[in-house]
Amino acid sequence: MDDGLSSFRLPRAPVAAAAAALAPAALLAGCSGPQSWADTAGVEAEAVARLLWIMVAAAVVIWLLVIGTMLFAARSGPSDPRGRGARGLVIWGGMVAPTVAVLALLVAGLILMRDLTGRTGELTVEATGEQWWWRIAHAAPAGDADAAPVPTPNELRLPVGRTVEMVLRADDVIHSFWVPSLGGKLDMIPGRVNRLHLTPTRTGRFRGACAEFCGEAHAQMALPVVVMQPEAYADWLAGQAAPAAEPADARTRRGRELFLATGCGACHAIRGTAAEGKLGPDLTHVGSRLTIGAGQLPMGRAEMARWIADAGAVKPGVRMPAFDMLPAEEIRLIADYLVSLE
Amino acid sequence: MTDAPASGPMHPVLPHPDCQDDPALREAQEQRLRAVWKKPTGWRYFSAVNNDTVGVWYILTAFGFFAFAGILALLMRVQLALPDNDFLSMSLYNQLFTMHGTMMMFLFAVPIFEAVSILLLPELLGARDLPFPRLSAFGYWCFAIGGTFVAGSVFFDAAPSSGWFMYPPLTSEPHLTGIGADIWLLGLSFIEVASIAAAVELIVGVLKCRPPGMRLNLMPLYCWYILVVAGMILFAFPPLIAGDLLLEMERAFDWPFFDTTRGGDPILWQHLFWIFGHPEVYIVFLPSIAIIASLVPTFARVPMVGHSWIVLSAVGTAFLSFGLWAHHMYATGLPNISLGFFSAASEAVAIPTGVQIFCFIATLLVGKVKRSVPMLFAMGGIAIFVAGGLTGVMVALPGFDWQAHDSYFIVAHLHFTLIGGVVFPLLAGLYYWFPFQTDKLLSERLGRWAFWLMFVGFNVTFLPMHLTGLLGMPRRVWTYPAELGWDTLNLVSSAGAFVIAAGFALIVLDVFRPKGRQPLAPRNPWGSPGIEWSAAVPGESWGARCVPIVTSRYPLWEQKDLVREIDEGRFYLPDAEEGQREMLVSDILDAEPTQVQRVPGPTYKTLLAAALLGACFIFGTYKLWWLTGLCAAGTVAAIIWWLWTGTSQIPEKPEKAAGRGLTLPLYASGTRSVGWWAMFITMIGDFSAFVGLVFAYFFFWTRHEAFPAADAGRPDLRLLVTGLALILAAWALMELIRRRHAAGGIAWARWGCPLAALLGLAGAAAFAGALWSAGLEPTRHVYDATCWVLVLWLGAHVSVGAIMQLYCAAGSWAGRMTPRYDADLHNVELYWNFMAATALCSFALLGLFPLTAGGP
Repeated sequence: MDDGLSSFRLPRAPVAAAAAALAPAALLAGCSGPQSWADTAGVEAEAVARLLWIMVAAAVVIWLLVIGTMLFAARSGPSDPRGRGARGLVIWGGMVAPTVAVLALLVAGLILMRDLTGRTGELTVEATGEQWWWRIAHAAPAGDADAAPVPTPNELRLPVGRTVEMVLRADDVIHSFWVPSLGGKLDMIPGRVNRLHLTPTRTGRFRGACAEFCGEAHAQMALPVVVMQPEAYADWLAGQAAPAAEPADARTRRGRELFLATGCGACHAIRGTAAEGKLGPDLTHVGSRLTIGAGQLPMGRAEMARWIADAGAVKPGVRMPAFDMLPAEEIRLIADYLVSLE
Repeated sequence: MTDAPASGPMHPVLPHPDCQDDPALREAQEQRLRAVWKKPTGWRYFSAVNNDTVGVWYILTAFGFFAFAGILALLMRVQLALPDNDFLSMSLYNQLFTMHGTMMMFLFAVPIFEAVSILLLPELLGARDLPFPRLSAFGYWCFAIGGTFVAGSVFFDAAPSSGWFMYPPLTSEPHLTGIGADIWLLGLSFIEVASIAAAVELIVGVLKCRPPGMRLNLMPLYCWYILVVAGMILFAFPPLIAGDLLLEMERAFDWPFFDTTRGGDPILWQHLFWIFGHPEVYIVFLPSIAIIASLVPTFARVPMVGHSWIVLSAVGTAFLSFGLWAHHMYATGLPNISLGFFSAASEAVAIPTGVQIFCFIATLLVGKVKRSVPMLFAMGGIAIFVAGGLTGVMVALPGFDWQAHDSYFIVAHLHFTLIGGVVFPLLAGLYYWFPFQTDKLLSERLGRWAFWLMFVGFNVTFLPMHLTGLLGMPRRVWTYPAELGWDTLNLVSSAGAFVIAAGFALIVLDVFRPKGRQPLAPRNPWGSPGIEWSAAVPGESWGARCVPIVTSRYPLWEQKDLVREIDEGRFYLPDAEEGQREMLVSDILDAEPTQVQRVPGPTYKTLLAAALLGACFIFGTYKLWWLTGLCAAGTVAAIIWWLWTGTSQIPEKPEKAAGRGLTLPLYASGTRSVGWWAMFITMIGDFSAFVGLVFAYFFFWTRHEAFPAADAGRPDLRLLVTGLALILAAWALMELIRRRHAAGGIAWARWGCPLAALLGLAGAAAFAGALWSAGLEPTRHVYDATCWVLVLWLGAHVSVGAIMQLYCAAGSWAGRMTPRYDADLHNVELYWNFMAATALCSFALLGLFPLTAGGP
């Protein structure tokens, strides 16, 4: 039965073993980022990250043991088929060890799940997934229980150290709300209401994203998130609750006229003006936001003009039509007006 | 632990039949066998139905789709190599990722299992063919036509683009998706039907076509896995077909199953999809483990350690895999009690998997392993798969999954399990069985290069993706901005993808390089123990020179002189005296031969039937209803033609000598026939789809305060009772006809069958009338739609049942069915048992359940 293949040998150090051994180092070095769930800024995300590192370490050890055993078995000479080695290997390695490991994991997982759910929020934020933006509304500032929630689309601001209950809904298709630095994701499903609790632990700017494929522009449905000191948050929310500022100069006044005359109000609302559209994001304080188009462009006059002229060139698939049939100057005027709405 | 070497006392090796000592006789037998099993040549080549021709087509086609889907992946990797890249447009990228997943799962992973099994199973059993060769050919053509239709859509910018999971309402709103979603739903339903057909054939093959002596406990592990996996297909695919039906009814006719404004719920689809989708993962994984289980003893040179434990683990994995579908839905907001249950079930599946892998390792430990390319791929696959399993138990924890879900961490996890658990073992099998099919070995040098390229390329591509996911990159994004720290990782992954592709290209090169001057492989080149390696080199198209007696799990190692005796035709069916293709049918437990089954040869009828059925689905996709109806009628006609001329033929004599002094009947009816078992197994699958619809009914009930709502119309109870009574009468009459006919009452079949058909059809009409008269409109509310879909299902099945009854009556009139040869009647009677059950369930749901009128 000599077919010339027996000379072949496995190399000593499989690449994967080396790679797996190096992986934790690489992970620790490179896991920071505005959308990283290892670079945590919330109680919920921290609970998951702690478990992550324990599991990764255990997984590397288990992998090395199993694959090391396999390579040893493949190189070792024949042994007695009725000997204890083979039998013990299957019983201890194949049954007892996995049973113990998954039981331990299950207990850890159930405790984690208990910690992450079944909580109550100190404040409530409603978020509705839309193709492809976030309709967000904060409960009105304290003391005014009957006031309508304050619309603050496409940007989530939270006070540090308070547990917020996110009330998640969807209008059109299924989306998923995910701000990895703060905590895990939860789907936004038409016809259902889901509730997610987040407790930020440090201030800063983070990034969320839609995690459930929701159609054409899914990739560009981002969500800027800002965690603030409670006082700053209260100030910000009071500002957002107010109607839009009157134009301060002729240029922005002309911009508002053009905004209303061009029909922008069919989709967008600017509280305090005749624009009361509900299809698109509320623009009452659009100038105060960090980004345009759900995290696609930084806020600025040139960027706003670019967005108005052809939003689809920035965010293919977006529902907002291009307005590049308008003279460039008119677009600039509208953009200036919008950016002035702080 | 180490199972006692099992050898059966059932078949003591008898003195060799002396007649086979005559070389002239053997030569004449061989010539007759050769003529009977000759492959069609020239333009008739595509009429072949024999398993070794169809199996090869099947494998090549599946690997063709694999390569196609792989190229789509490379295009996506180019797009993702750089941030803000515009190599691909958003709309094309969305089509590509949808098609990559869809094709890999539906056009590669499942079909390749069926392809390999169709090719190997008869040989593993020392049989000449599968019990229904034309069914395999039909399944193949459905797969090839449907797959080409679905894959081709990408060239017309019409491919589905909503992800391989097709979640409504994104997919149920026609204005949100184009024709792509219809192509997905109808094209893949067509292929799923073919998959189920193959599963039926494989189950019957394992149960009824084993060689004498091969009791269940002696069956090769590969056959056990086939049995388990085909059984899983039978229960996993039908719920998806039910889901496809609901979703397509909503798209085409506005029945609001997933529309929340009319009582529907998009989460129902997720349940139906993942009740299919998670067993699916094991449906593609277990057969590949089966390949490793076939290689390990060969190269370790010892019997498998823990044979029975492996079998039990495979069964256990299959069982568990139906209880953990919701771990794909952790982020939908399930209650904690459900999360805990599905989490525990998902964790538990690690245990049987661990047992299987450690049995392999223990076998390697016991033996002295012979190094080879197949083992290299097998061990490389295990190394990758174990890593994927370890991330798998992590994401089985809901809390952890809420972060990992739909991020690149999952992309890494699933590719570790599927490439390590499916692709690498398959390539191991390719190198292992290539000489068995082609009589030539693949190059060892190229094989090693290919392995290391693929193994290194794989890890370069997918290991960094864990980190990409950790950094928050979601799946299914066509572009990403630069400032998130994902750039370098993505560039590395993209580079690695091309290394994998280079490795696979080497394998393709090796497979297709001309091997004319390469010497033939030695007979049984790896020194394997399996009966499939008893074939002579060069091989013959007859599959097996004769059907051997197998008394060991490792016959070529443990049964002395087996190969020589097979060569000399000293076992069963060494001849084809009547010029017919024949195989042995045996009983399920002990593999005692019970019948010589004649199987039909080459034909174009199966290709015709598949083409018409394909046209039916394709015209349906484009809503060309007249052409759809025409093709449906044509399909029924083609299938009837095929059955009428190819199945249940009355033999020219009742029995024949099968060799070694054994005389066996040439015809069997009822539980002794393979056809009855095929019908039984098909109807189990069919009934699972019906259960999927019943599940939908109860799911909606849990979602409503009252279902039906107080103001909803109630199906007319009197008409429902009438309908039930008529269908039960049709069923009882069928029962009576079968008995009276067997006792000689030919008139019962000739006149009773059409009467029963009328009763059944009238019953279905009464069911429809009950909804109609109560004013139920399927577009009004999901309650009405659910009632109508149940009645639609019942009506379609009763209509098929009526065609079967008329077929029996016609058979009796034509003299092809007689009291002695009445297999058709047994099968139709069996079908009607399931109709009675379907009617009873429908009646209970439509008529009795609303009487409770309550919510959950």
